[in-house]
Amino acid sequence: MSTDLTTTDAAELGRRLAAGEITAAEITGAYLDRIAAEDGELGAYLHVDPEAALARAAELDAAGSVGTGVTGLPVALKDVVVTEGVPTTSGSKILEGWRPPYDATVAARLKSAGTVLLGKTNMDEFAMGSSTENSAYRITRNPWDPTRIPGGSSGGSAAAVAGGLAPWAIGTDTGGSIRQPAAVTGLVGHKPTYGSVSRYGLIAFSSSLDQAGPMARTVLDAALLHEAIGGHDPMDSTSIDAPLPLLAESARRGAGGDLSGLRVGVVRELGGEGHADGYEPGVLARFAEAVALLESMGAEVREVSAPAFDLALAAYYLIAPSEASSNLARFDGVRYGLRVGDDGTRDLDEVMALTREQGFGPEVKRRIILGTYALSSGYYEAYYGQAQKVRTLISRDFNAAWGGADGNGVDVLVSPTTPTVAFPLGARIDDPMAMYAADLCTLPASLAGVPAISVPAGLSEGLPVGFQIMAPALADDRCYRVAAALEAAQDDARGHRLLDELTGRAAQPAGGAA
Amino acid sequence: MSASTQTEPDLVDYDEVLTRYEPLIGLETHVELGTASKMFCGCATTFGAEPNTQTCPVCLGLPGSLPVANEAAIESTVRIGLALGCRIASWSRFARKNYFYPDIPKGFQTTQYDEPLCTAGHLDVEVDGETYRVEIERVHLEEDTGKNLHVGGATGRIHGADHSLIDYNRAGIPLVEIVTRPISCAGAKAPEVARAYVAELRDMVQSLGVSDVKMEQGSLRSDVNVSLAPIGSLEWGTRTETKNVNSLRSVERAVRFEMRRQAAVLDRGGRIVQETRHFHEDTGTTSPGRSKEEATDYRYFPEPDLVPVAPDEEWVAKLAASLPELPAARRARLTEEWGLSPTEMAWLVNAGALGLVADTVAAGASPSDARKWWLGELARRANDAGVELAELAVTPRQVAELAALIGAGTINDQLARQALDGVLAGEGDPAAVVESRGLAVMGESDELGAAVDEAIAGAPDVVAKVQGGKVQALGALVGAVMKTTRGKADAATVRRLLEERLLGS
Repeated sequence: MSTDLTTTDAAELGRRLAAGEITAAEITGAYLDRIAAEDGELGAYLHVDPEAALARAAELDAAGSVGTGVTGLPVALKDVVVTEGVPTTSGSKILEGWRPPYDATVAARLKSAGTVLLGKTNMDEFAMGSSTENSAYRITRNPWDPTRIPGGSSGGSAAAVAGGLAPWAIGTDTGGSIRQPAAVTGLVGHKPTYGSVSRYGLIAFSSSLDQAGPMARTVLDAALLHEAIGGHDPMDSTSIDAPLPLLAESARRGAGGDLSGLRVGVVRELGGEGHADGYEPGVLARFAEAVALLESMGAEVREVSAPAFDLALAAYYLIAPSEASSNLARFDGVRYGLRVGDDGTRDLDEVMALTREQGFGPEVKRRIILGTYALSSGYYEAYYGQAQKVRTLISRDFNAAWGGADGNGVDVLVSPTTPTVAFPLGARIDDPMAMYAADLCTLPASLAGVPAISVPAGLSEGLPVGFQIMAPALADDRCYRVAAALEAAQDDARGHRLLDELTGRAAQPAGGAA
Repeated sequence: MSASTQTEPDLVDYDEVLTRYEPLIGLETHVELGTASKMFCGCATTFGAEPNTQTCPVCLGLPGSLPVANEAAIESTVRIGLALGCRIASWSRFARKNYFYPDIPKGFQTTQYDEPLCTAGHLDVEVDGETYRVEIERVHLEEDTGKNLHVGGATGRIHGADHSLIDYNRAGIPLVEIVTRPISCAGAKAPEVARAYVAELRDMVQSLGVSDVKMEQGSLRSDVNVSLAPIGSLEWGTRTETKNVNSLRSVERAVRFEMRRQAAVLDRGGRIVQETRHFHEDTGTTSPGRSKEEATDYRYFPEPDLVPVAPDEEWVAKLAASLPELPAARRARLTEEWGLSPTEMAWLVNAGALGLVADTVAAGASPSDARKWWLGELARRANDAGVELAELAVTPRQVAELAALIGAGTINDQLARQALDGVLAGEGDPAAVVESRGLAVMGESDELGAAVDEAIAGAPDVVAKVQGGKVQALGALVGAVMKTTRGKADAATVRRLLEERLLGS
């Protein structure tokens, strides 16, 4: 087991804290040192306050409660999570300098659980993108290959955790923004059931899709972090008033490796026969191996067709921009953040227009224009209305897969998380459609509001491949159980964790001398 | 641009308008609910607080904040809907109305669009003894905006101002919008019907106890739609919408003015522009605001941050059963109970005295005494002071007490007016004032006997006349006694005492 604190699982760090072998200050200090050394190049963070983090860790040490639950462990938050007194930009210039007067529920829960805020991580502006290249501030690199993207929009969180600059991190997922970056950086990333983690204080991109979730090095870590943030929140009307399933327990049980009786559906429309265009052979190969591994643990595997999934991309790119066009209307320069052109000669409309012109990046503008158009009188039914119908069809396909009333369905659906491994920085930035294709496999679960996890499934051309497990709403525990089984079986076969292959490897282009 | 929006010097005489045109009116009335907290957050709703002290991340629309619907506001809206005889939706949603303005912190207003809480009701209003049925299209729930204060410039409007201040205390206060169907039956009475409708609606909302409905504070405000069509025309004319008309009198004036203005435009072959207009209290005129023809597309869509509202049938039935007696029913009942004619009831209502009289009766006074006080002495005093009846510093209970004191013979009418002076001056309840000011009618006391003796001694000539058989001369002596006792004596008692002394009977 590694003695380097920055490559150790969070669960193990917690155990050592509880045993009194280390202090919270030592752990936080180790990560801060690594951030200081590496982040100039990696670009995972937008804001780090070392003094505040160390002071907080020391305070927790002094309080004597470290080691219970997540107490004393540091965590990184995607910059879309509102943090009281700590700059929060959502990756946009329009919020530069804003210090929120309140905490998101996710931030508040992590605070009251005794975690240390390491910093705020980089992201695509307003979570719009799949490469983090749409950040208004900096490029984030993939720790596996610095010439490649870390995925997005939670690319900063992914790079931080994979690169050893945080033990774990919070991401948000609207169409795949936790799962896709987790997949391309060799992490576990879970998008919870819609409504099971509070959205209060997440800067909204698409309200009916946004969910916060954990990004971690192991399935167990992801489950532990998820348990710290999940559960009903009266501040979010769409929050589900139901107890969280036992997630860490499911992860531990899953690692036992017995999947007998589990019915697994492989989604034909996500990389299956006749639907493999754009999927890299290496990704499909790792996927097939993982499916075989599940079978070897007793799972019963069958192919499932979900025809409406083919329409997910089109529906998503109407619904998400429509909601975004409205959610982003509040950034008008009147109350907070950037204000441009208020020199006494311009009227209000001009100041608002100039502020938005200069404050938003090209992808954000593209989506605002798209969404504004889709909601326009006369076009609403043809675009937004139709997209909502597709959404219903996708939910029906899921329900059919679960078997409906007769119960003759599958327990989980699986697919590759994303069709390719991490692509080179700059490769798709001028081709929005190619960029959007990175979310092909993750969109259906987002549109249906069901939970989905991405777990590593080995490497292709030296780069991580992600395996996606989708489950019925509120059955997040199933995702963790199956993911943990797969993780354990692969680690056994490999003799070490996938991420260990990154440790010690000098940052260099993949396919090189590694 | 047509002439209609530039110059409007000429107005057609009102009676003449009606010879050529039929008016169509419609009203959209906003009622601020009196809930303790705002529509989507826990902020207080107290009127007149220091600017921006009743705000939080939610009603300021800070990034990341989310709304949670106020259940009390939903209940109040359903009760208004029930009182208007509306159908209550079993499934209703909030929607976003998207537009940019600094007083809406989120860049959209959370309102209801095609799925309102209540639809298809009506309210009957009476004008000059005739009943007009106003059909209600919908009643929905939304949030109020903040208030802009434009500093500098001549108009107090945003154009020309040096700078603007925004108070978000009002932002997010629950607002119920009550929309009528077009009212075509009013004819010449359109201005009066509009006014009567708003008055009736105000009284109804007040009876429900869901709002303080103070038009002067803006907790009830109406937008007035008016259009004219040539008599016999099969199509309605283009309408204008005069915003935020803030008194009953203004509602009537706004309709009248728009009818006269639009007639003038149409008479000279002009075209009415569909636009919003502002009403000016001082001149009674309207002026153009935003033109709807170039207005924004609000891009309504269902609010994804809120779950649909699904009022449970049983709950709605319970609310319906617990509605208080509504103003119309109450008027009918009291007219009957008090034995009034419809005209007498109309006077009471128009004087704003119905509630006061009813409360006075409830406190023990007879209906006729209560009406006599409120429509007589108290109306005169309110008029002298230039205030509303309800604003007088006397309560219905105190008025009932005055009436009771008279009935018991403790005071007479004249003393009662003195007692009222004391009550209005804040000296306490009538009985206390009678006591402290010594206003009680004098009984057969030594003091009264002395006053009688004094009157007899002071007017020997009158005494001679009386004793000479001119009994009617006794009146002068009675007057003298009343004068010395400053009205506190009972005239009949004085007369009897005088007769005993002078005539020995």
